[in-house]
Amino acid sequence: MFKKKAHTAPEATFKETWQEGDWATKLSFIIMGISQLKNKQWLKGLVFLLSEVIFLVWFFYNGISAISLLGSLGKIKKLTRVFDKNQGIWVTKQPDSSMVILLFGLISIILIALLLVLYYVSLKSTRHLYALNRDGKHIPTTKEDLASLLDTRLHQLLMFLPLAGIFAFTVTPTIYMITMAFTNFNQYHPIGFSWTGFQAFGEILTGSMAGTFFPVLGWTLVWAVAATATTFVFGVLLGLLIESKGIKFRGVFRTLFVIVFAVPQFVSLLMMSMFWDNAGPVNSWLQRMHWITEPIQFLQNANLAKLTVIVTNMWIGIPVTMLIVTAIIQNLPQDQIEAARMDGANAFQVFNKITFPQILFVMTPALIQQFIGNINNFNVIFLLTGGGPLNSKFYQAGSTDLLVTWLYKLTMQSVPNYNIAAALGIFIFIISAVFSLLAYRRTNAFKEG
Amino acid sequence: MHSYKRQQRLSLSLRYLLLIALVIVWIFPIAWIIMTSFSVNLSGFVSTFIPKQWTLSNYAKIFNNKLYPFGSWVLNTFVIAVICAVVNTFTTTVMSYSLSRLRFKLRKPFLQFALVLGMFPGFMSMIALYYMLKAIGMTNLAGLTLVYIGGAGLGFYIMKGFLDTVPKSLDEAAELDGATKWQIFIHIILPMDRPMIIYTSLTAFMAPWTDFIFPSIILSTDSAKNKTVAYGLYNMMSNTKGLSSQYFTAFVAGCVIIAIPITILFIILQRYYVSGITAGADKG
Repeated sequence: MFKKKAHTAPEATFKETWQEGDWATKLSFIIMGISQLKNKQWLKGLVFLLSEVIFLVWFFYNGISAISLLGSLGKIKKLTRVFDKNQGIWVTKQPDSSMVILLFGLISIILIALLLVLYYVSLKSTRHLYALNRDGKHIPTTKEDLASLLDTRLHQLLMFLPLAGIFAFTVTPTIYMITMAFTNFNQYHPIGFSWTGFQAFGEILTGSMAGTFFPVLGWTLVWAVAATATTFVFGVLLGLLIESKGIKFRGVFRTLFVIVFAVPQFVSLLMMSMFWDNAGPVNSWLQRMHWITEPIQFLQNANLAKLTVIVTNMWIGIPVTMLIVTAIIQNLPQDQIEAARMDGANAFQVFNKITFPQILFVMTPALIQQFIGNINNFNVIFLLTGGGPLNSKFYQAGSTDLLVTWLYKLTMQSVPNYNIAAALGIFIFIISAVFSLLAYRRTNAFKEG
Repeated sequence: MHSYKRQQRLSLSLRYLLLIALVIVWIFPIAWIIMTSFSVNLSGFVSTFIPKQWTLSNYAKIFNNKLYPFGSWVLNTFVIAVICAVVNTFTTTVMSYSLSRLRFKLRKPFLQFALVLGMFPGFMSMIALYYMLKAIGMTNLAGLTLVYIGGAGLGFYIMKGFLDTVPKSLDEAAELDGATKWQIFIHIILPMDRPMIIYTSLTAFMAPWTDFIFPSIILSTDSAKNKTVAYGLYNMMSNTKGLSSQYFTAFVAGCVIIAIPITILFIILQRYYVSGITAGADKG
């Protein structure tokens, strides 16, 4: 049943279908659905025919103008005064909204692409009908077609709506944002903007944004390594401690730690930012103990803030690793450990040769995922420090800002730099893709080993 | 032998001590949150751990505040969460079954496509989505719900991983008996999939309660009433930073109300969470 399908040549070529087919078949190359209707596949034929009609009406009323504007993204780029000859007065013209033009142009292109796909599907169906007629075989009726949707073509029925959702709410916005990286949609061109090719990328790598980009990128990578490594190492140690010999109420201990991770992050992290505040409980307690006179600038000093962020992340992240490690330890082959003990291995040797390799084996994919997740770890930075403390050398970024939080800030101001933000998003994509690729190869290597 | 036993006992008590110390460090901030929600406070942060004066007024305040209509937020979020739980569970189940059990030409390309799509930072599409919703006049709770539902088709990894482990001989046997794919899906796969369906619906239900980013982008221009809990509370905190003294404890009380059910749900679900993470190792 799940055997790979052998690649078979199509029952007829498109050329043969066109040359040998009857008038309906030929007509189907121009008007979709004719051959289906002639062969009494009413539903299919109507769907093809109607989609072509609707598409053409839309295309001539809207599509052409939407696409023709795409090249210039609107003629008027800023507020201009033009002399209206008919009325004999000067009028102020608002700039064309390039954002809307871009959106509708993009949607038009996507619709055209979808119609082309549909056209190909209809051609294939026409060819199939031609071949069935030629060989004198039975032509499935609408009823049989619908029945096949519940069996051989079930995936089409099931995946249609989810795929439509993915296209509308993930693919389209992603493409939309990618295209913005190639415009000058920034603080100087907030409404009417134009295509500028790779200028935004150049600005990030060598231009005015480079002084912010490289330090932020550096800290993003340092953060991702530190956050992943600390939660992993200490999580493993905590897991070993809980699972060590003689400890009772393991479930209770596990749950107590997991509570921290289970609390919604916007609660726990916002509260943590209060906790470390200059007037927060930590500082006031230390002051009351007379250990310090001045509050420690946990979140205000750039270096200390970085440390605070990593430490707080350990508080949230260690329980997750612990949870996984305890699950792995419980599933370890006990006879292997017993055998090692009989041969005189001590606890450290058992850990080093049996327990830890197993933990590493199971956790490697998760670790790499965590690493990529940490590169994009918006919540911890945004809720804890908001990227701060402010860094006057950076363009709209603070000392603890990651690439993602900087991206967010660039888009959330009154005069946003969307092109820079979009280009940053593409850089983040490249970084994630590179590490995912490494991860993919690594897990495959493990599989073979 | 005697000294060995003593050494063992010493080691055990040291480990217990360490564990208890760690638990205290971990639980302390959480306990502080809960204590704060019960304390009388007029001066901003609460810096004492045990409240000087116990009160329930913070909880009363959060429910009776016209400026921050917590009750409507909870109701909004509940409606969205129920819709998400139903629709997203359906979507995830259907996608996982198709991608795990059915074989069609575009299966592999789609899996690769989904992988690549997932590498783009979510923020990119978020901001574009805001403009798309604005173009059709849906920067409101309905638009937010659409966004939550629309992206759900990509969240199939955990359930697909689970279905991949269900033996395929079950399907084959049913097919020999003349069952269609649809009948196999309904009568064989769905019953086996029940734990994953419960997990998916609960996580889908939990997500709107904790997400504050999407609502903060999409609902920012809507009225105070039309917000979700997480965004409303976050907004309350960041808007009133200067005045936080007045609302701080009420904010904390609101957080506690939301956090308790979410935390309990997560603790119940933790074993599914673990299997979701470790599943990657077997699958590669």
